[in-house]
Amino acid sequence: MRSETGRAILIEGIEKSFGKTSILKGVSLELREGEFLSLVGPSGCGKTTLLRIIAGLESADAGRVRIGGRDITQLRAADRDIAMVFQNYALYPHLTVAQNLAVPLVMRRLTAMERVPLLRHLVPGHAARRAAITAEVREAAEMLRLGHLLARRPAELSGGQRQRVALGRALVRHPSAFLMDEPLSNLDAELRAGTRREIVELHRRAGVTTIYVTHDQVEAMTMSDRVAVMMEGELLQLGTPREVYENPVDLRVAGFLGSPRINILPVMAAPDGLRLGALLLPLRAQAAPGAALSLGLRPEALHLAHEGLAATVEHLEFLGAEVLLHARLHAPEARVTARLPLAAAAPLRLGDAIHLRTEWRDAMLFGEDGKRLRGIPAEQRLDA
Amino acid sequence: MRDAIAMPSPIRVSRGIGEAAAAWVLCAPAMIALFLLLLGPTAALLVLSFSDWELGAPELAWIGLGNYEELTTDPVFRIALRNTILYVGVVMPLSIGLGLGVALLVEGGARLRATFRAIYFLPVVSLLVAMATAWQYLLHPTIGPVNRLLGMVGVAPINWLGSSDWVMVSLCMIGVWENLGFVVVLFMAGLTAIPRELYAAAELDGARSAMDRFRLVTWPLLGPTTLFVVTITAIRCLRVFDTVQALTRGGPNNASQMLLYVMYQEGFSYFRIGYSAAITVVFLAIVLLLMLVQTRILERRVHY
Repeated sequence: MRSETGRAILIEGIEKSFGKTSILKGVSLELREGEFLSLVGPSGCGKTTLLRIIAGLESADAGRVRIGGRDITQLRAADRDIAMVFQNYALYPHLTVAQNLAVPLVMRRLTAMERVPLLRHLVPGHAARRAAITAEVREAAEMLRLGHLLARRPAELSGGQRQRVALGRALVRHPSAFLMDEPLSNLDAELRAGTRREIVELHRRAGVTTIYVTHDQVEAMTMSDRVAVMMEGELLQLGTPREVYENPVDLRVAGFLGSPRINILPVMAAPDGLRLGALLLPLRAQAAPGAALSLGLRPEALHLAHEGLAATVEHLEFLGAEVLLHARLHAPEARVTARLPLAAAAPLRLGDAIHLRTEWRDAMLFGEDGKRLRGIPAEQRLDA
Repeated sequence: MRDAIAMPSPIRVSRGIGEAAAAWVLCAPAMIALFLLLLGPTAALLVLSFSDWELGAPELAWIGLGNYEELTTDPVFRIALRNTILYVGVVMPLSIGLGLGVALLVEGGARLRATFRAIYFLPVVSLLVAMATAWQYLLHPTIGPVNRLLGMVGVAPINWLGSSDWVMVSLCMIGVWENLGFVVVLFMAGLTAIPRELYAAAELDGARSAMDRFRLVTWPLLGPTTLFVVTITAIRCLRVFDTVQALTRGGPNNASQMLLYVMYQEGFSYFRIGYSAAITVVFLAIVLLLMLVQTRILERRVHY
């Protein structure tokens, strides 16, 4: 049951500098109604600043924010109809869970006079409004399995429970959009996996457009409809988790997403084609001869073979069904990681001489500027 | 601490009695020092308050509650008690209210926080007896700038320190001046400890006005600070002595007598140590009562 509250969000050319440091360099982004979008990137890439600008807690130097077609750039945070979940939850420590959940409703629906003890009884209709708030708080609490904790204070809750209260406080007033700033980073690994799924289910039920900031690529990949990869104040790529993983447009995106990291090998554009060490690749690219390119190979794209790239086994990591093989290539001299099925890796010993093979058409080529180049199989003509 | 004591020591002591004895021996130095330096003098004071001892007298007599009986009929002591309560009742709320306001303004401002903090703290670190000279000049009935300024708007000269109607007002004013900076600095420390995120959350939750945010975040989160400030300021006010000694000596006509000044006069001018000790016991009882109120009642309500 999707509610009607989800709104499209349009972010246009947001720029922001703190002093001389440019944090956001013209970020544009469009979210569809009810979409779950992750803003992912390393620490300091500007993702939290962008989130705070959308929330209205920070003002942008340039650019606009629209929600459901309405320009909210000049509105203050309280008037934007956006809820936010903070990294450290930002619960009011002196209020009980029930009171924490009620705050957004109390602040919006009751007048200043109604919020004063004793005086409030003089306002007509107050009791009915209070009762409505209590009922909605209870409903939100049940949805988040907080019903038995309503009388507790935040200090008496576990990390996961606090996190759910923070979610509930955002959820209770049915906002147009949810902003989440690394909400799982204070939880332990086991709890994080469970809460990840809970947030996704909650999003499905409430249907509220959500922007989720994280530096954890697993969260971004597993939870989102689409992922926006940010680095150094720029939006590098926006796409479904599968698109950004399989088809990164930038070397930095390729390097950031995927664990273990993608293997990057130096490739030289020679007059007769692309050379990896002495090996002539069955690939071509539109690059000037002499250009130093990079070749990206995901760990799962490397396989053991009887011929191919010669390497020495340096380290083996047993993961259960699979084994991570760390090997040193002989030419060019480089370390690579391969993800192998257990059966294939079982006979390997440290120091073994092996050969690695790949489907060259799966290889990703990046230019000297880090931008993706189209690799063209050698049998095709370059201009084809 | 208890764990540390219970740990097996390298010196083998037999379990049971031996261990308990070792614990006493190890605690003894601290306990003796505690008694000699802190509890001892207080106990001696209590004992002396039941005597009629005068400094230098060869012998003393135990008069039981005689000193306390005298206190109930002593008009100077009653004025001093009334004045001290009045002083605490006026200076404490005023300096806390003003101090909180100033702290909020300074903390809310963008710059010069450290400068303002230093300026407001000046009266606290300066020697009050020395600053009293400045106050004596400021409040002088004929040459004082305060009266001259008031004269400009047609107010007749006021004998600030010399008239029994005004002397308590003057002392209270100076008291607020003296305590304000202390309160400001404590509140500023309390304010910086409030997480910024809570204000962001309050804004998003719809707390539009500064008053809303103050009521939702600032005031409740300042609770522990406020409790500390109230206790400390109350005790500082109860202890008022320097200004009385330097500016009024309890006068005119005992109009500005305060508890500690009466105690000082009885003990160090008239050498009636027993009587002076009884006044000190009353003073300590009031302080203890305040602390009891703090720990028993208030602390349960402000901590979360």
